[in-house]
Amino acid sequence: MTEFTRRQTLAIGAAAFLTGILSGRTAVQAADPGTLTIAFNVNLPSFDPTVGPSAVNPTIQAIYRSVFDQFIGQKPDLSFEPGLLTEWGWNDDKTKVFMTVRDGVTWHDGSPFTAEDVVWSLERAAKQETGNPIQFIWSTVGNYKIEGNKITGDVLRFDPTFFKWMAFLTGYVMPKAYYEKVGADGFEKKPIGTGPYMVDEYQGNAFLRLKANPNYFGGKPAFDTVIFKFVPDTTSRVAEIESGASDVTLEIPYEEFDRLKAKDGLAGVATPISDIGMLFINNIDVMNDKNVRLAAHHAIDKDAIVKRLLKGYGVPIDTLEAPEYLAYDASIKVGYDAEKAKEMLAASGYSTDKPVKFKIQTTRGFKPKDYEMIQAIVGMWRKVGIEAEIEVYEIAKHYELRAADQLAPAAFYNWGNAIGDPTTSTGFAMFGPSPHSVWNTDDLDAMIGPLWGEKDEEKRIAGWKAVSKYIAEQGYVIPLLQYVQPIVYKSALKVTPNVSGALQPTLVSKA
Amino acid sequence: MTSLSLLNRLAMALITLFGVAVIVFVLLRVVPGDPVAMMISPGASEADIAALRAHYGLDASLSVQFAVWMKAILSGDFGTSISLHRDVLELLAERLPATLELAGAALVFAVMLGLFIAVFATLTSRTRLAPLVDTLNGLFLAVPDFIWALALVLVFGVLMPVFPLSGRINPDVQEGFHTQFFLLESLLTLRFSSLVDISMHMIMPVLALGLPLASIITKVLKQALAEAMVQDYILLARLKGMSRLRLVLQEALRNAIGPTIALTGVQFTFLIGGTVIVERIFAYPGIGNMAIDAVINRDLPLIQGLVLVFGAMFILVNLASDALVAWFNPRMEG
Repeated sequence: MTEFTRRQTLAIGAAAFLTGILSGRTAVQAADPGTLTIAFNVNLPSFDPTVGPSAVNPTIQAIYRSVFDQFIGQKPDLSFEPGLLTEWGWNDDKTKVFMTVRDGVTWHDGSPFTAEDVVWSLERAAKQETGNPIQFIWSTVGNYKIEGNKITGDVLRFDPTFFKWMAFLTGYVMPKAYYEKVGADGFEKKPIGTGPYMVDEYQGNAFLRLKANPNYFGGKPAFDTVIFKFVPDTTSRVAEIESGASDVTLEIPYEEFDRLKAKDGLAGVATPISDIGMLFINNIDVMNDKNVRLAAHHAIDKDAIVKRLLKGYGVPIDTLEAPEYLAYDASIKVGYDAEKAKEMLAASGYSTDKPVKFKIQTTRGFKPKDYEMIQAIVGMWRKVGIEAEIEVYEIAKHYELRAADQLAPAAFYNWGNAIGDPTTSTGFAMFGPSPHSVWNTDDLDAMIGPLWGEKDEEKRIAGWKAVSKYIAEQGYVIPLLQYVQPIVYKSALKVTPNVSGALQPTLVSKA
Repeated sequence: MTSLSLLNRLAMALITLFGVAVIVFVLLRVVPGDPVAMMISPGASEADIAALRAHYGLDASLSVQFAVWMKAILSGDFGTSISLHRDVLELLAERLPATLELAGAALVFAVMLGLFIAVFATLTSRTRLAPLVDTLNGLFLAVPDFIWALALVLVFGVLMPVFPLSGRINPDVQEGFHTQFFLLESLLTLRFSSLVDISMHMIMPVLALGLPLASIITKVLKQALAEAMVQDYILLARLKGMSRLRLVLQEALRNAIGPTIALTGVQFTFLIGGTVIVERIFAYPGIGNMAIDAVINRDLPLIQGLVLVFGAMFILVNLASDALVAWFNPRMEG
C-alpha cells in the first residue's frame, strides 16, 4: 500500500482543490431539467404549519402547501376545490358539520392517511395550549364522530368562515400517529405530510430541498426536485435569476421586473394578489371630524400613485374588498376630487393657510414604496389644507401600537386576505372588539356585530357590502391599492400566478 | 501571560458578559416592538392576549423576568425560540460554526493580504508604485463590507457568474456532514469536491468581510514598518549587507507586528459584527443571518442568546489578541 508523507498529502489535496475549481465546478452549473430552484424572499422558520408566527405568514404557505395538504384545496383564483376532504358542509340548521375524507392517500412515510388524522388535527388546532393562532375558528366546532371516511361534528358557535379557513392559514392536516411518536422537536427535524413534495434536506436561512412524492394523490409533480433558496435580500434575488442560478424569483422592485422580463431567456408575470395597502384612521383628535376624514380620502390621487410610483403595478381600491373578494362592490367609489376635499375642509374651518394638522405613521421598505407613497400622499394633502407629519417606524412597533390602540390619527399598513371573505378583511380590520382594528365606534360595531354569525349567506354578503358602503361614506379607513406581485422566471418555464400570493412549485411547469 | 493575569482576565470577561446580559435584557424590553403584539390572532380576546403573554413569561416584572432568565442560563437553558420553536442553545450550536468558519477564513485572508501589501509597500516605498499601493489600500478602506458584498454580487454573480451567490453549499449535493464545521470536516476527511464547493461559496463573503480589515492591517503595519526601518538595529543590519527584503521580513516585521496584532484583534470583532449584513446578502446560514430574522420577529430568547454569543466571541478574540501580543513581545504584558 502506498504511503504518503504529510507534505505529499497536502500537495495532493491542494492539487485536487485547484483541479476542482479549474474543472468548472463553479457556481452556475447547468440546471438539471428535473430540478426547480426558487430564489425565495423569506426564510422558513418552522415546519409546523399550524403554530406560531410563521403559520400566519401568507408567503410561507407556498412551502407548507408543497409538503402538506390542506383540508380543502384552493385554486389560484381563490376558489375552493377538494383537498384531503372531498365533501364538506353544514346541515340545514347549521348545527352540525359533515366531511368526507379522501381515500387512498398516504403520508410521506408510507403510512395510510385516515379520518383520525383529520379529527386529531382539528381538535389539536382548537386547543388554546397548542398555540394555533386561528384557534378562535377551530374551536367553533367539536364533538367529532368518525364513521369510516365520514366525519360529523357539532357546531359549538356558528362561524360562516369555518370551512374557508380550511383552505387558509393553519388549515393543514397533520400526521397524528407520527407526530405523537416523534413529538414537536422530532417533527421539526423530520416533518412529513401528504403533499406533492417530501422534505429531503433543510438548512435554515440557506435552502430547503424537496423531492417529488411519487404517491401523491394529485399525480406526480412536474419536477423531481424543488429547491427553495432563502434569499431575503432583493439585490441578491435579482442576481440569482439574472445569473441563471435560480429558475424563478418573486417580490423584486418593479423597475427590475421590467428590466429582467425583457431579457432573453427570462419572462415575467405580474398580477394582483390578495394584499392591499391602506391607511388606518384612528378615531382620535381631528379624525373625529368626518369632513377631515373624507377630505383626506378625496385628496389622494391613487391612480397617480400607482402609475408614477409603482410603474402601473397596482389596482386602486376604495374599500377593503379587492375585486377578487366575495363582498366586492364595484359601485362603491370615493374618488379623487381635490376641490371637494378643499370644500369639506373649509366647512370645518381649515384651508391651505390654516391647515388641519395630524401625524401619519408608516414603515419604510416593509412594502414596495411604502414611505414614498406616504410622502406623495402628504404632498397631495398639503395642496388641499392638510399638514401631516410623517413618523417612520418598524413594523413591530406598528403591531405594538395597534394592539394597544395607540396608533397615530393615520397609519399605513397592508392587509392580506387569501380566502377573500369579508370577515377576514373588513371584519377584523374594522370591528372594534378585534385586537387588529383601529377605528372603534358603536355605529360601525352595531352594523358588523350581527354579521359574524349570520347563517344566510346572501344576507351575510349583502350585509358586508352595506358595511363597506357605510365605511366609505363615513371615511373610517382609506384603502389605497391592491398590490401586484412580480414573478420572474426562465422562459423555459410556465408560471401560473396565484391570487393568494403563494408561489407554489405545483403552479410552475415546463413550458 | 501568567496564570494569575489569565485568571484576572477571565474574571473580567465574566463580569463583562454579565454586563452584556443586563444591557441586552433591559434594552430589548425598552425598545419598541412587543413580541406578543406580533402574535395576536384577529379573534383574540383580552384574556387570550394575557394568556399568551404569560405563556412567554412576559407578564412578570422586569426583575423577575431577568432572575428567571439568568437562573435558566446558568443551568444551560437558553430558552426556546419564539419564531423557530426550537431550543436556542441547539440553534446557536447549529449556526455558530458557519459564522466561525466564515469569520476565520476572512481573518486569514485579511491578515495574509494585509501583510503582503504592507511588506510590498515598504519595499516599494521610494518607487513610483508607492502612490498606487496607497490608492488601492485607500479604496479597500473606504468601501464598507456590505458595499463590497453588493459589488461582488453584481460582478462575480451576474456579470461574470463565477461564484455561487447564496448559501454555504450547493443545495443539489447530498453531503451528509457529521458536524456543522463543513469546511473543516471536508478538509479533515479529504472530501475535496465538498471542500471546493464550500470554498467557492465562501469566496465572495470572505472578500467582502476581509478587504476592509486587510486595508486596516496594511495601514497600521506599513506605518510600524516605516518606523522600524529607521531604527539603529536596522541601520546596523543594512551596513552588514543584509538585503532590503530580509531586513523587512527578519528584523523590522518582528518589532512592528505587536501593535498590528492588537489592532487586528479589535478590528476582528468589527468583522464578526459585519457578518450580520454580509451573511444576509449572501444568504449564508450563520448566526448573523439568523440574528436579523430574530430581530424582525422580536424573538427575545433568541436575540438574548445571540447577543451573549457575540459578546463571548468579542471577549475571546480580545483575550486571544492580548495573549498573542504578549507572546510576541513579553515586555507588553502587564
